[in-house]
Amino acid sequence: MSSQTVAEAAGTDREYAHQEIDHGLNPRRIGDVVMEVKNITQRFGGVTAIKDVSFDILEGEVRAIIGPNGAGKSSMLNVINGFYHPQEGEVWFHGKKLGNLKPHQIARQGIARTFQNIALFHGMSTLDNIMTGRLTKMHRNIFWQALWSGPAEREEIAHREKVEQVIDFLEIQAIRKTPVGRLPYGLQKRVELGRALAAEPTLLLLDEPMAGMNVEEKQDMCRFILDMNDEFGTTIALIEHDMGVVMDIADRVVVLDYGKKIGDGTPDEVRGNQDVIDAYLGVSHD
Amino acid sequence: MLYREAGEFKTSYQADLATFPIRFDLWGFWSVIAVAALVVPFFVNDYWEQAIFLPFFIYALAALGLNILTGYCGQLSLGTGGFMAVGAYASYKLMTSFPGLDMISIVLISGAITAAVGVFFGLPSLRIKGFYLAVATLAAQFFLIWMFNKWGWFYNYSATGMIAAPERTMFGFAITGPYSKPAVTYLFCFAFLFVFAWVARNLVRGRIGRSWMAIRDMDIAAEIIGVNPLMSKLSAFAVSSFYIGMAGALYFALWKGAAEGTEAFPIELSFRVLFMIIIGGLGSILGSLIGAAFIVLLPVVFKVLFVEYWGWPTDIATHVQVILLGALIIGFLIAEPHGIAALWRTAKEKLRLWPFPH
Repeated sequence: MSSQTVAEAAGTDREYAHQEIDHGLNPRRIGDVVMEVKNITQRFGGVTAIKDVSFDILEGEVRAIIGPNGAGKSSMLNVINGFYHPQEGEVWFHGKKLGNLKPHQIARQGIARTFQNIALFHGMSTLDNIMTGRLTKMHRNIFWQALWSGPAEREEIAHREKVEQVIDFLEIQAIRKTPVGRLPYGLQKRVELGRALAAEPTLLLLDEPMAGMNVEEKQDMCRFILDMNDEFGTTIALIEHDMGVVMDIADRVVVLDYGKKIGDGTPDEVRGNQDVIDAYLGVSHD
Repeated sequence: MLYREAGEFKTSYQADLATFPIRFDLWGFWSVIAVAALVVPFFVNDYWEQAIFLPFFIYALAALGLNILTGYCGQLSLGTGGFMAVGAYASYKLMTSFPGLDMISIVLISGAITAAVGVFFGLPSLRIKGFYLAVATLAAQFFLIWMFNKWGWFYNYSATGMIAAPERTMFGFAITGPYSKPAVTYLFCFAFLFVFAWVARNLVRGRIGRSWMAIRDMDIAAEIIGVNPLMSKLSAFAVSSFYIGMAGALYFALWKGAAEGTEAFPIELSFRVLFMIIIGGLGSILGSLIGAAFIVLLPVVFKVLFVEYWGWPTDIATHVQVILLGALIIGFLIAEPHGIAALWRTAKEKLRLWPFPH
C-alpha cells in the first residue's frame, strides 16, 4: 500500500472512502448498540423533565441530542451519568444495566463527559487537569505514593505519556503548565475535552461543546470531535444548539421537546420531520 | 550567579516532575537542609530550642496537616487543637503503658490513632460543606477536650489532671523529660518535619493529591471523572489528622513536657494553625512552612528588636507587637490573597525573565 494510490483514488469521495477501508486507513465503522436508553421518565416533584424517552447509541457513531431550551437534554445526560436516578426506565451500557450506580462508578465503566458551563479544576494547571482524567486508571496505594520514587513515579510517567498524546492531539502544548483559570474560554473548553479524552472513554458525552464560541473555534472543535471519533473510534453523544454543526457532524439525531422524544433518525430525516419543524419554528394554534 | 530558568531543559518526564526543577533552587534547598541538620545542632541552646525551633517545627507539621485537609481537599476544619490533643494524650498513654516503646514509634502510633479519630469526625463532610463543616469540626474540638478532662483514664487519674511526659531515651540520649538536650529534641523534630514535608509533597503531586484537589475545585466534575468523594475526603481527613496527631505528640512530649487539656489545646490553637495556612498559602507545602515561621518567629523578632535593642518597656512592646503583626497579616493578604507562598511564586516568575522582561 502506498499513499500515492490512495491519493490517486481520491477522485470521488465514495471511491476514496472504499480505498481507505480496503487499506485499513479509516477504522471508522459503526458497530452494535453500546448504550440503550429504555423508557426513561424523570420527575422533579410535579415537573416531569423527561417523559418515556428511549433511544440507542451505536458503537463508533456521533449521536446528537437536540431540542429547544428546557427540553430535557442535559437531564438526559445526568441520567446516563448517574447524577439522577430516574423513577422509571433503565439505561443499558455494553449489555449491562447501569442501575443505581454512582457517578464515579459509571465513570469507571468508560463513560466520560464535559459540561455545558465549564467545570475545570481552577486551582490546577492544564496538565494536572488532564491528568485527573487518568485517575480511574492509576492504582498505586498511599504508601507507594508517599515514597514516590519507584512504582508511583513510574506509574505517573506512564500516564504522563498518554496525557502528552492528548495534549498533542488538541494542540495545547504551549499552555501545558498554565493554571486553567488564566486561559480564555475557547481553550478552557478544549482542556475540558482533553480531560474527558484522557480517560480513554468508550462513550463520550459532550454537553454543548460549542456554546459561546466563534466560528473558528467551532471549526476547531468540530475537527477535534470528528478526529477523535475517527482515530480513536470513540462513540460520541453530544448536545448542541448550532443546527449547522449538528447536521454536518452527527450520524443520527434525537430530538426532544418538553421531555418527550419527537424525532429520531439521520439529520435528513429529522430535518423533514413535521414535529421537529413545529417544535423549532412554532405552530399556530388557530 | 543569576537566578534564572533559561538554559534549563528537561529531556525526560522524570526531570520535568522534579520538586525543584531549577538547579539553583535545588542547591539552595540542600544547603539549607545541610546547615539545619549539621551545623545548627552544635550551637542550639535552650532558648533557641524552646522559643524558636521546636515551635516552628511542630507548628509547621500541624500546618502541613491542616493544609492537606483545607488547602488541598477544601474541607474547612476548626478541630486542629482537639486533634493535637488526641495525639498528645495518645502519646502519653503509650509512653506510660508501654515503657519499652521507642519514641519514633510512639509518635507514629499517636498519629495513626489521631487519623482514626479524624476519619470519624470527618464523616459529616460527606453531607455538609464549608462553614457548616467548620462548625461540625468545632464540635470535635470541644468534645475531645471535654472527654480528656472528664475521664481520668486519659490522664492516669493524676491529682492535678495534668499529663507529664516521662523520660525516654534514644540511642542513649535523653529525648523527653527534664534532662533532654536541646540538640537532641531539635534533631528529632527536624527529622520528623523533613521526612513528613517530603511525604506531603509526594502525596499532593500524585494520584491522591489530584483527587483531593479535584474535590476541592469542583466536586461534581471530580465525581464524573471517577473520583470517589467518600474515599477522597476521608483519606484527606486521615492523612491530615495523622500529621496533626504527630504534631500534638511532639508538642506535648518534646516541647512542653507537660500539658493540661483545656489550657494546652484551646480553640485558639485551632485558629492559630488555620491562620498559618491562610497567611502562608492554602494548597502549598512551602506555604505551610512560611506561615508557621511567620506566626511563630515574628513575635520573637519584634520582642528582641523592641525590648533588647531599643529598650522599650515590655508592656508597650507587647502591644505594638500585636498591632504590627495584625497590620502585616492584613498587608500580606491585600497584596496577595493566596498567601506568602503565592507572592514568592510571582517573584520567582518575575525573576525568571529579569532583567529583560520583554
